[in-house]
Amino acid sequence: MTVHMPAEAETVATALARAAGRHFGVAATVEGLRRESGGASRQTWSFDAIAGGSRHELVLRRDPPSQREASGPDRPATALDRATEFRVLAAAHKAGVRAPEVLFELTSEDGLGDGFVMRRVGGIAIARKLLRDAPYETARGKIASQLGEILARIHATDPATLPPLVTRDAAGSVASLRRGIDVLDRALPVFELALTWLDRRKPAAPAHPVLVHGDYRTGNYLADESGVTAILDWEGAHLGDPVEDLGWVCVKSWRFGAVDKPAGGFGSRDQLWAAYERAGGGKVDPARAHWWEVFGTVRWGIICHQQAWRHLSGAVKSMELASIGRRAVETEVDLLQLLKETA
Amino acid sequence: MAQDRPTASELLAAIADLLRDEVTPVLDKAEPRLGFQMRVAVNSLAILEREARLGPVADARERERLVKLLGREAALDELNRELADQLRAGARDERDAALMAHLEATVADKIAIANPKWK
Repeated sequence: MTVHMPAEAETVATALARAAGRHFGVAATVEGLRRESGGASRQTWSFDAIAGGSRHELVLRRDPPSQREASGPDRPATALDRATEFRVLAAAHKAGVRAPEVLFELTSEDGLGDGFVMRRVGGIAIARKLLRDAPYETARGKIASQLGEILARIHATDPATLPPLVTRDAAGSVASLRRGIDVLDRALPVFELALTWLDRRKPAAPAHPVLVHGDYRTGNYLADESGVTAILDWEGAHLGDPVEDLGWVCVKSWRFGAVDKPAGGFGSRDQLWAAYERAGGGKVDPARAHWWEVFGTVRWGIICHQQAWRHLSGAVKSMELASIGRRAVETEVDLLQLLKETA
Repeated sequence: MAQDRPTASELLAAIADLLRDEVTPVLDKAEPRLGFQMRVAVNSLAILEREARLGPVADARERERLVKLLGREAALDELNRELADQLRAGARDERDAALMAHLEATVADKIAIANPKWK
């Protein structure tokens, strides 16, 4: 540990060494500890643990104690806590999903808040680089199909291996977005139009709800030169309609400018669906997928308002969050286009 | 009383130019996290520059269309609330050509300010 390490990092390193020692059963030291991302309330750190002569490349995901942001309109009560996320990741990894392998949870004696440690996976999540930089040329041709295959695996996870999760269907999801608007107390005509359109066309709930990732999109997975290496950000996981994930990954905002490639900016819907079906996912009904894509577009638009609200309400002071409010109109443009295509 | 030149739009453009061309490169070297934040700020200043230039006319046109659509005079926010209520209740929907023309025009004016490159 260097003498220049900031106080927070020093606390984390000391506690992590103790926790890693407990897990590996031998005294451990921590090297290369680095904060990766996240706000004050949800953090990701990467580090190496040296235990019994072996080096383990690891990642810590934690909610620091006493830094928890007051629950706001953007933090639904259904967002997973770290303990549940740990168990979902363990079940998905065991089912053969390309997800990080979780190793152990923090305990209250660690004093680091709620969190867990998983193996570090190679690759980057930055959409702009994956979509445009030379090293990812080959990967770009594969990612749409890989996203379909991996999603089929996620949806095939045995529900009996999962911790208790909420079940959400189309009707409940529409109602939840309307409540979101009510909390914001804003007049949002385009979103109201789209929500009524959705409400009138709700697909029936699936007979057997499956594990839905809930935030399956470009930006939330790691990829390297060979394509997707790991699916991240599982805190929106729930039980529900598998097509919800297939719609969300095609929302135009997740194409990051590659607008003619609906599958996350990397391929066509047909490519995505064919790979999903080949890998054992159910037959994709295009009308149901379109419904969930429209839903996802409204959802992201309302999340934009909610992110801005975190700043406007005084919960956090952040110009970056405030500026996201002005992105909501992008989804209004997309919604009018989507509804016109349907007509 | 009219303010002297520069106009709000001209001043905002001058600030954005300075921050983008001279301050951001220095921050990128010294403190990348702040360099990123500065890019976000410059982008927001560009939105404000366009809003100062285009916003007042866009708001006036939006209100004019709403008055025609809803058949009464009121402030812009009040009219939008009435329209939002009608849309939630399903009293109007996407089959209403006048409604859709209004929403298309409103969203076109908004995106021209918030992100003219969006397509």
